[in-house]
Amino acid sequence: MTTTGDAILEIRGLDFSYDAGGAAILSGVNLTLKAGESGCIVGPNGGGKSTLLKLILGMLEPTAGEILLFGVPPVRSRLRVGYMPQYHLLDPAFPITVMEVVLTGRLRGGFKLRYSRADREAAAAALDELGIADLARHSFAALSGGQRQRVLIARAIVCEPELLLLDEPTANIDPGAGERFYATLEELRRRMTVLTVSHDLGFVNREIDRVICVNRTVSIHHAADFNAETADEVYHHHVSLIRHDHTCFCHCGEHDHDRGEEKEPCRHD
Amino acid sequence: MIDFLLRELWCPELGFLRYALAVGIFAAPAVGIVGTMVVTRRISGLAGASAHAALGGIGLALYLQRVMLWSFFTPTVGAVIGATAAALAVGIISMNGREREDTVIGVVWALGMAVGLLFLDRTPGYVDWQGYLFGNILLLSKEELCLTVGLDLLLLIPLLLFYHPLLAVSFDGTFAELRRVPVRAVLLILLALTALTIVLLMKVVGIILVIALLTLPAATAGCFTRHLWSTMALASLLSFVFVSAGLLGSYCYRLPSGPAIVVLAGIVYLAALLRRRFRRRS
Repeated sequence: MTTTGDAILEIRGLDFSYDAGGAAILSGVNLTLKAGESGCIVGPNGGGKSTLLKLILGMLEPTAGEILLFGVPPVRSRLRVGYMPQYHLLDPAFPITVMEVVLTGRLRGGFKLRYSRADREAAAAALDELGIADLARHSFAALSGGQRQRVLIARAIVCEPELLLLDEPTANIDPGAGERFYATLEELRRRMTVLTVSHDLGFVNREIDRVICVNRTVSIHHAADFNAETADEVYHHHVSLIRHDHTCFCHCGEHDHDRGEEKEPCRHD
Repeated sequence: MIDFLLRELWCPELGFLRYALAVGIFAAPAVGIVGTMVVTRRISGLAGASAHAALGGIGLALYLQRVMLWSFFTPTVGAVIGATAAALAVGIISMNGREREDTVIGVVWALGMAVGLLFLDRTPGYVDWQGYLFGNILLLSKEELCLTVGLDLLLLIPLLLFYHPLLAVSFDGTFAELRRVPVRAVLLILLALTALTIVLLMKVVGIILVIALLTLPAATAGCFTRHLWSTMALASLLSFVFVSAGLLGSYCYRLPSGPAIVVLAGIVYLAALLRRRFRRRS
């Protein structure tokens, strides 16, 4: 187990492009995330957020530089990571029940003759924690978007990971379920390091320690600075800011901040 | 009619009909398992390319047998090589994600067919190429029956042993890879087994109709089930019903067997879709 303060994720001098000699998707990325810290990756579409996530998960190899997850390359420490993809990337008609989805989070390697009682209890507990225990026997295909997302979070936490990666967790929360969802995430943050990718900048003010702005390069802000910089008008009442043009909303020098008047404060919750 | 069929089935001159029925019955588990994977993984295009590329292998085999006198190179061996090579090539290219998958499928589909037709043209003597395209139950023999049973075992044993990892890979390959499931190996083995199943079914319904048999029973089953295993089981049962009813019906009414099987399966699939639509509305 890691203790608070150990570096969970270290990225040094990372460059990445899909083709050798092609356009750099990410360049000169340095990033450290310590145990117990929570981070939020923000940035415009096409800025490299998903690529960074894939690199952290070891699904892609860096062109230059290195990534260490728990002190070793990601491929070797994958089992300590919980991952929630965006649900719409999965086949909506696949014949599988909620319980079966969550149980896949208990796999370790390519062989599992049958799930043990401990596996089933862990899956039931994870569903309970996400408030969807009653859906266990339902078909995944029959759920709403928000419910599917919670099933995928249950699958990610069912192996008690030390690092939890969430890709756009607030994108499809059912109306009314928002506060409860945030409460669950805050609860999880007490147990594990959580790294989130989000378009929802309002997410940032919810007990996030680090804001990681990705737009070809990466710059890291303390959440407190991020709040102060990004203005009184943003947080003076309970709003969450969603920039509909998806421009990164920070001072990392990469994007155009003079378009501030285009900000569209949206009531959330 | 049943009396008539029973009498005919025991008639010594109609050994082919018994073999056709036996192959149809024993092919049901393979159709159910592989068909469900084809439908849920959305690879019916790949399956079609693989079936048509089998003709390339068949043409090559007949040419080598008759011109080069390589007697061991039977059309079945050629079909297995052609179908497997095509399925793996399309699978690997789409895994690497550099090319457009549907373009690659179209190219392999047409190229396999064209190569087969060129070889058949240069092969001396009569070749029943229509039998390969549309199926010919007269081609079925004890050899096919043994191959079918072998294929069932080749599918069922790993399925029982690796069901849970297979379910994880099929539902969400990325997540399965994070749980250290060897995703690429699982998918490539699956493609190879799909190709073998295609070659066997080809003899019953023909190259052109083989995709129908790999998709219709599983798609129909999918209207009623919510687990992968139950979809496979119901698809097997449906395949058994479609193939045996189609074969016997085609014999009674003097119809070509492949199209009879596929039309029957198609009607049931449409009925299942309508029923689901109707239920949702009410």
